[in-house]
Amino acid sequence: MRLSLVAPVARDWTMEVLFYIAAAVTFLATLRVITHLHPVHALLYLVVALIALALIFYLLGAQFAAALEIIIYGGAIMVLFIFVVMLLGPLAVEREKAWLTPTAWVGPSILALVLLGEVGYLIATGDHTSMAVAEPRQKGISIALYGPYIIGVELASMLLLPGLIGAYHLGRRLSREGR
Amino acid sequence: MIDWSHTALTIAVILGSCLTLAGMMIWLERRLLGVWQERYGPNRLGPGGCLQSLADMIKIFTKEDWIPPFADKAVFVITPAIVVITALMSFAVVPVAPDFVVADLNVGVLFFLAMSSLAAYSVIIGGWASNNKFAFLGSLRAIAQLLSYEVFMGISLMGAVLLAGSFNLSDIVEAQRHQWFVIPQFFGFLCFFMAGLAEAHRTPFDMPEAEAELVAGYHSEYSGMKFGMFFVGEYLSILLLSAMTVILFFGGWHGPWLPPAVWFALKMFGFIVLIILIRATWPRFRFDQLLTFGWKIVMPLALINLLLTGGIVLWKAT
Repeated sequence: MRLSLVAPVARDWTMEVLFYIAAAVTFLATLRVITHLHPVHALLYLVVALIALALIFYLLGAQFAAALEIIIYGGAIMVLFIFVVMLLGPLAVEREKAWLTPTAWVGPSILALVLLGEVGYLIATGDHTSMAVAEPRQKGISIALYGPYIIGVELASMLLLPGLIGAYHLGRRLSREGR
Repeated sequence: MIDWSHTALTIAVILGSCLTLAGMMIWLERRLLGVWQERYGPNRLGPGGCLQSLADMIKIFTKEDWIPPFADKAVFVITPAIVVITALMSFAVVPVAPDFVVADLNVGVLFFLAMSSLAAYSVIIGGWASNNKFAFLGSLRAIAQLLSYEVFMGISLMGAVLLAGSFNLSDIVEAQRHQWFVIPQFFGFLCFFMAGLAEAHRTPFDMPEAEAELVAGYHSEYSGMKFGMFFVGEYLSILLLSAMTVILFFGGWHGPWLPPAVWFALKMFGFIVLIILIRATWPRFRFDQLLTFGWKIVMPLALINLLLTGGIVLWKAT
């Protein structure tokens, strides 16, 4: 028998408790991302939010998505974000203070309220799917990506290629000037 | 129903032996470096000096634990914990022997990659929170290095995953019952090992902490047990690198006569000694050489390896 500590063998209510804890962590961390004045701290909260989100994916049975969430978003992309923000230096806090005026909250708040209304409607009408979704294993994802969605994959790779060439071009010009 | 006592015992054994081994490796490294450089190394405390790490630990615990007044305190304090936690979490998916694994995840390989990408934060944030220019330079180097080597670390071990047809580490070991993956995946192994050395920032890829230029790099401002955590974390990542190399390319616990766990430990020990030997013999690269080497040599090698492996697997399947 293979042993596993966190695989979905535990009883249902423990999974639900874990889900709500992870959801609460995601919510609070995301809130801090928006309200924190210090950009690096805000980004660290965003990393926490992404890890918590990965845990939610895992609890819903999407292990593959959970792992990719951490590797790509939590690992690679957020590291790049922090890299850029770190270069801003200590003045960034003052600048952020000036930007984060009460009026800046109006637009996002209205949009968020619309979403909240939608969620409220879904909850009120009882039209919600259960937590136990079908398990999208990596094989299923791969077959879907390279079967019916092959054009999407190709288009995405075509989109990435110009980005790569562009980055190469910019980097090359810089190094020639540096010489 | 999960056998909790068995799981708890496994966790205790793996955690205990990891931390003990990391401590012992500090002594082993100093002794072996001594041997290869024709001097003694620490040989006073205990038989052959093997209790040296214990003495170091007592010393490091009684040192002043200083937080610089100019540092970002909360982040500065959290960082050393991230090093050790991410390294120890990765050991949760390491199968030492059949059924001797804490969490036999279906995405074990990806879990390992995820933890190693999170480990990058300790280096980056540690250097930033120290608010010291040398530490900051060290962490800037670390970002460039870890980001680039992480990319082909993932690509290089996909060859082994393709051959085994699974992300599960136990399945990968089981697939090597008759032939170790180092033979069909020799270039994959080379790329993985180099990327692993860079991820663990060991010589010749230890630019983030190049003492000749950057004091001690990203952990210049750390003292006492906080520095100790960085130190132990580095040895834990060496341990992890040797464990993963053994699992992915050298047949894990497979071997004649001896029990599986012993084979696993022996192979791991071989890689640990190899890593120390590399430190004893090779100088450090220059930083631009490191990135050029990574992107222009190792990256294409890993990609070609993956392409050929994929082609061969597909050809055999049809």
